[in-house]
Amino acid sequence: MNNDIENYKEFLISRILLRDIEEYTKEDKEKLQFLRRDKVDDIVISVEYTSSSIIGGIEELFLAIEKYIDKDSKNYRLVKTGSLGLCSKELIIGIQLPGKTNLILRNINLENFQAVFESVFSKHVSSDYIYGQFRNVLLESWKGVSFIDEIAFFANQQRVVLDNCGRINPESIEEYIANGGYKSFVKALNNYTREEIAEIVEKSELRGRGGEGFLTGKKWKIAINTESNNKYLICNAGEGDPGAFSERLIIESDPHKLIEGIAIALYGIGANKAYIYIEEYNRLAIERLTKAINSAKEYGLLGHDILQSGNSFDIIIRKGAGAYVCGEETALIKFLEGERGMPINKPPYPATKGLFGAPTVVNNSETLINLPKIFEKGPKWYRAIGIDSSKGTKVFSLAGKVENCGIIEVEFGTKLREIIFRVGGGVLNGEKFKGLHIGGPTGRVVAEQHLDEVIDFENENIGENLDGGIIVLDEDTCVIDTVKYFEDFLKKQSCGKCIPCREGTRRISEILENITKKPVDNDNHTTLYRFKGVMQLETLAEVIKETSLCGLGKRAANPVLSSLKWFREEYEEHIFDRECNAGVCQELRTFKIDVEACTGCTICAKKCPTGAIIGTQKAPHFIVQENCIGCGICYKSCKFNAVLSM
Amino acid sequence: MNIDIEVNNEIIKARKGETILEALNRNGIKVPTLCHMDNFTPTGACRMCVVEIEGKKELIPSCSYTIEGWMKIKTHSSRVIKARKMIVELLLSNHPDDCFYCIKNQNCELQKLAYELNIRERKITGKKTKAKLDYSSLGIIRDTTKCILCERCVRVCNEIIGVSTLDIINRGNNTTIATSMDKDINFSNCINCGQCLLVCPTGALYERTNFDLLNEVLNNPKITVVAQYSSAVSVSLANELGMKSGKDISHYLNAILKKIGFDKVLYSSSGADIAIHEQAKELSERIKNKIEQPLISSNCPAWIKYMEQSYPDLIPYVSKVKSPQQIVGALIKRSIADKENLQPEKIFSVSIMPCTAKKIEASREEMTYKGVSDIDLVITTRELAKLIQLYGLSMDNIHPEMADEPFNNRSTASMLLPVSGGLCESIIRSIYKNSTGKEIAKTKISNLRANKPVKRQSVNIDKTKLDFVAVSGLKNVKSILDDIRNKKTDFHFLEILTCPDGCINGGGQPLGCSEKDIKARSKTIYNIDDKETINVAEDNEKLKDIYKEYFNENKNSKKILYTHYSKREVMQ
Repeated sequence: MNNDIENYKEFLISRILLRDIEEYTKEDKEKLQFLRRDKVDDIVISVEYTSSSIIGGIEELFLAIEKYIDKDSKNYRLVKTGSLGLCSKELIIGIQLPGKTNLILRNINLENFQAVFESVFSKHVSSDYIYGQFRNVLLESWKGVSFIDEIAFFANQQRVVLDNCGRINPESIEEYIANGGYKSFVKALNNYTREEIAEIVEKSELRGRGGEGFLTGKKWKIAINTESNNKYLICNAGEGDPGAFSERLIIESDPHKLIEGIAIALYGIGANKAYIYIEEYNRLAIERLTKAINSAKEYGLLGHDILQSGNSFDIIIRKGAGAYVCGEETALIKFLEGERGMPINKPPYPATKGLFGAPTVVNNSETLINLPKIFEKGPKWYRAIGIDSSKGTKVFSLAGKVENCGIIEVEFGTKLREIIFRVGGGVLNGEKFKGLHIGGPTGRVVAEQHLDEVIDFENENIGENLDGGIIVLDEDTCVIDTVKYFEDFLKKQSCGKCIPCREGTRRISEILENITKKPVDNDNHTTLYRFKGVMQLETLAEVIKETSLCGLGKRAANPVLSSLKWFREEYEEHIFDRECNAGVCQELRTFKIDVEACTGCTICAKKCPTGAIIGTQKAPHFIVQENCIGCGICYKSCKFNAVLSM
Repeated sequence: MNIDIEVNNEIIKARKGETILEALNRNGIKVPTLCHMDNFTPTGACRMCVVEIEGKKELIPSCSYTIEGWMKIKTHSSRVIKARKMIVELLLSNHPDDCFYCIKNQNCELQKLAYELNIRERKITGKKTKAKLDYSSLGIIRDTTKCILCERCVRVCNEIIGVSTLDIINRGNNTTIATSMDKDINFSNCINCGQCLLVCPTGALYERTNFDLLNEVLNNPKITVVAQYSSAVSVSLANELGMKSGKDISHYLNAILKKIGFDKVLYSSSGADIAIHEQAKELSERIKNKIEQPLISSNCPAWIKYMEQSYPDLIPYVSKVKSPQQIVGALIKRSIADKENLQPEKIFSVSIMPCTAKKIEASREEMTYKGVSDIDLVITTRELAKLIQLYGLSMDNIHPEMADEPFNNRSTASMLLPVSGGLCESIIRSIYKNSTGKEIAKTKISNLRANKPVKRQSVNIDKTKLDFVAVSGLKNVKSILDDIRNKKTDFHFLEILTCPDGCINGGGQPLGCSEKDIKARSKTIYNIDDKETINVAEDNEKLKDIYKEYFNENKNSKKILYTHYSKREVMQ
């Protein structure tokens, strides 16, 4: 068998893509098995190579593995894969011995990889490094190793969008096609008319994943029914939210699926050109996306006269500098037109008058990635996933104080509790759950009582905030500090156009800053004066929400409003008692030692983490204010009430 | 087509396709705005015009939302008022508290809104954006601390003038309006037309004034202070003095200026007669000798700067004749000074213009003689009104007076110059009269009085067909200039005025004037033209005297009447 994968182009196009599965010959199937790595002759080492693992040090490790393979006498195949979603267990490496299933190893690093590899070859691996094994009926499984679909992290997920992630090589179009890729596009192109495509999408009840949850089919139809010589598709793959990384990881792990989704959409809308907006700093994603577009063109799946159908599609990647507001569709259009990325008034909506004045469909990348599966299995199958109001699945990036950080995909209707405690494996280090933040900087904080809320666009607490990620907060996280971080982010990222957003976010951020600061500031403003803003906080937030121009402004007050609603005591604690129970806002108080009361027992001096307390035994102690971080340990530990809190 | 909509429980008639704000305004319902300008793209930046529409979750900005039939609108519900109040409070939280010192005190839209919304307490406090005062230009001063980012200046500069000097930079609360590369305005491509000054709702943009110097020289007996003023000033000042729009008060103005202490008061229009005469001559020569055509007018200093920086290759096409202000200025300091035995340094020449670009023109190197500026100070119509106020004068008890020799006479042709199409009309009259000896019937050139930004008029003079084009609003001229560049034009004279409608709507004119006010000004000028009998520049009796007296043998006339232009590099 020819081991050079590059030579499979002809075979994949003529025998796989253009034929039905029933028509595949035995030889075809064998070739496919090779490409899918179902049966291997060499030892296959698959390395999760993503932006997440680059942070974990995969680049050095990859070079080291290459060196190791060169020296070793055995035959190897080293492949890069995308992410399985388990960012907190990285670095993750799969080893597939001939005849055996793919064994997934976790926590691999430069020091231990040789030892772990050798222990795999001798079939005595320490359980510390084993995560699980892929299920494959054709191959002999490892004894005593659980299949990954049995592990809670995977068992409670429903993977439609992520099904290829971590399994296939994202840089290889061959592997994507061998795993069923581009079949939906070819099917759509050959079997359906334009109108039928939009019909199928509408029937699937797919809703936009960008936040608003608008029905994708309906949006398409508006653009289709608007007469124009020119139409455009914009794929919004921008993900500026801190704490969200799902779109980036999906594109890094399975770029061809997005390309296929875009191609189907282009055909359905009747457009020839699609723009992908992605932030410049997502280098690996852009690199893989570019490669994917180029190989799709090489395979004749993009470009001029695709598969002799008379359709010509082109996809252009436009790199943004990272302005968060460019994720808003009208700002995005302005950016693509070469202007300053600033939102404009709606209506007219982009679907009737968008890029260069032409009807433009702006879809989130996750929305488009759903399309291949819908066309493979049909809208009915898709509609069966999820609940009445929201169909299909939703991808989240799960981060914060949770055991399993990473990207996850759950069916609509899944409870937050399941996401955090089953998929996520519970709060990190078994700490107590406090709440979670969902939806990035414009998202909301919800508390423990909302754990039974379900993932649903219509849910009143979290429905509007299903974009971005989920950040789990434990008892050591201060809600105000978290909200402050997001509001500060918004303050900097507001485009500056409309007054409520530009001035409002800054004032909110300042008010929150004041709440977490010392009672007297450098200008000698006392508590009362500085807290004047607090009385306005709620009204201010409401006005920003009601009057802002774009989605960013309309949602900018969400973190404050939701946290005020569910964590009001915490605000009161900060304001009235000047106490942060989570111990995060350490600047709230200043401490002083009462000379009369101090017995010189030295306990406080010993416990002070910064050595800010000086004094000799049996003599009154003294706090050096410059060194004091305000942690309050001295206050709590003094048995004579000699430490005074101001 | 009319649609009925319900506003504040009453049915009003709205037109299909118009915005809610337009419908409300037409029906006399007042909704405050800070960023709205009629006939401009709505930006929806200020959110002051929000209204409550039944069935909508959020408040809707009425300036950019199109009327729909089902609408039930509330323009002043408590929810709306609360929001508007909060928005103004937010603006004030980032606004310097120096109304006392602000040029727009009592004339500020933000101040007015704060008053109307009854804001009596500083509820929101916080850090204020730091910004530097841009004091670099002789014409326009920018104080971005007072900027509320309504983008009116950006839109005017972009959509009317087409120079795009100003745009938004930075994000979030660091957002600000700036020139390219955030340079000071004097080092940008700003042409100082001052249209942005007219639309700025706050004191973020204003003209540079120098009253201290003026007061000093006015009270210095050793210095002869001479004033000249444009005909656009005498028909516009009425707005600032609370009189009927468009009233011509030139004779009163002569008296007032004398009362203030000016030793001589002259008409710039007399200089305009000279300019018309010279340009008509230049045009005739060009046609005769078949050299670069069209001849392009040179009396608008903003256009001249724009030409030098953006179309330097068109320099050969532009008339070398100075603007009326500079002709009069040069004559005062060079010829009159000689005649009256005065030293040029001892004359302080003030020019009162409807224009901020004139301040820059006066400072050009070509406009000096032996190191002395021909014009020492240019003040705008607005500044003149302030000056009158400063000297405690009013229109009561003022007796009309004549202007001083030798510039106290003018033809009505010279009066037309501030109106778009006026220069074309005057030149046609001169050429016609010179070649036929007769006056052209005004009905034959009525195209030039049309209310359009680009006007074209053909006339047959001595069996030659001549074409004249007049453009106002600099953006409209770009395509014509490109045609000239590519030698695709077929006309003989091009008049360019940077400001829409011409100098009667110049950047130095009274603030807050409506289209009606502007129309009243041109109407007054046309009325004077109809009533008075000297309609051609050459018929001005004084013109011959001036030529005889000051331009003998054409020796120094070149230096007094003509200037030159050079390529200007901006963005270095």
